[in-house]
Amino acid sequence: MTTNGEVLIKVEDLQKHFGDNKVLDGISTEIHKGEVVAIIGPSGSGKSTFLRSLNLLEVPTGGKILFENVDITDPKVDIDRHRQKIGMVFQQFNLFPHKTVKENIMLAPVTLKLMTPEEASRKAEELLNRVGLPDKAQAYPGSLSGGQKQRIAIARALAMNPDVMLFDEPTSALDPEMVGEVLEIMKELAQTGMTMVVVTHEMGFAREVASRVLFIDGGNIQEDAPPEEFFASPKNPRLREFLSKVL
Amino acid sequence: MWENLQHEFQRYFVDNGASDWWLGGLKTTLLVTVLALCIGVILGFLVALIRSTHEQTGRLKLLNAVCVVYLTVIRGTPSMIQILIFYSVVFASIPLNNIIIGGIAFGINSGAYVAEIVRSGIMSIDRGQMEAGRSLGLSSGQTMKLIIMPQAFKNVLPALINEMIVLLKETAIIGYIGTVDITKAATLVQSRTYSAFVPLISAAVFYLVLVMLLTYFMGKVERRLRRSDH
Repeated sequence: MTTNGEVLIKVEDLQKHFGDNKVLDGISTEIHKGEVVAIIGPSGSGKSTFLRSLNLLEVPTGGKILFENVDITDPKVDIDRHRQKIGMVFQQFNLFPHKTVKENIMLAPVTLKLMTPEEASRKAEELLNRVGLPDKAQAYPGSLSGGQKQRIAIARALAMNPDVMLFDEPTSALDPEMVGEVLEIMKELAQTGMTMVVVTHEMGFAREVASRVLFIDGGNIQEDAPPEEFFASPKNPRLREFLSKVL
Repeated sequence: MWENLQHEFQRYFVDNGASDWWLGGLKTTLLVTVLALCIGVILGFLVALIRSTHEQTGRLKLLNAVCVVYLTVIRGTPSMIQILIFYSVVFASIPLNNIIIGGIAFGINSGAYVAEIVRSGIMSIDRGQMEAGRSLGLSSGQTMKLIIMPQAFKNVLPALINEMIVLLKETAIIGYIGTVDITKAATLVQSRTYSAFVPLISAAVFYLVLVMLLTYFMGKVERRLRRSDH
């Protein structure tokens, strides 16, 4: 949990327009190795768009994103290769329903020839143990609960040995009693030193686990502070208003 | 009684070349259908891939335009006219077996319907599936092949089976280009025996049995694919 590690992602003046609608209005920030960055903000503020821009699921209309010193917004860059190093976890899990849990985890490393099927199989078993679902290897996603699905989705992303993990509201689609199990896995992941960027509504998680909290509103970062300071003495008036509503 | 039946059978199914017509007709119907199915499925998947790639990414503009013209023309004209055009215009000066001409004509016709069925299947898959594949570092082609298409195929299989049944029955018009299929065989036997009942009902039964066989085997495929749905 340090902010003086090397820079992993550097965002410069990131912009995204949908027609006349400015969703991202020149965001600049740096994400360092080992950091856990929580992003909060009202819906429609651009926080999800910002996160999805980091692996180019949303193509920015302006600005740069340097991932490990390569500008991935450059159309000449092989984005698929960089995405292998950027894990992503979605609100809606997006597991592959026609594959078993184990196949879900093994698919990408084997298809991309990063691992042999045997290696991927071992890795999958190890990850299933880590997320506490070793007995679900042969199950299909349709038979799992929301919390289990999200834990598998995290395992699937980790199978690629990513350098950073992006979480797009990972607990927002879950029944309340399943939020805890997913947050617990994420907390353990943070303790291993994984760099994480998490868009979330879980203020408890942001306060406890994050090393830095960003407040995005109106397409830009309005506050950027360590969690203690962020929650105890917010400077931005809109953040103060937001916190008064959600806390 | 038994002798009478045997005599009738001889009359409708054996004598005066009737057996050749029936057997030849059955063979023609099957060959044309199988050939048309192969062409239709390959063409249909190709067109569907081009169309949905264009819809999702905006690429392949020219190919997409060609596909749109193809779909519009094929779906906008009667298959009867299409097969006559193939026989008397397109292949008029090329010596080709009528079965092959029929297979190509019906295949190109069926491809248009298969294309729209498959495209609807691709569109029915949640956008998140493509995003999940791409976020893992798979290319769009790999994601299409491994993630989207298997699910889309499963979803549209009932509609595809239906299209196969339609195609099988539609080949009945191939008699118009002078080829003896089941239908043509029935009318030939009818004109020889001066009796309509047995030949026409027999033809209907042949088609019915073929459709039931097709439905049975495709149903097996469908059940296999449904294993992941719990």
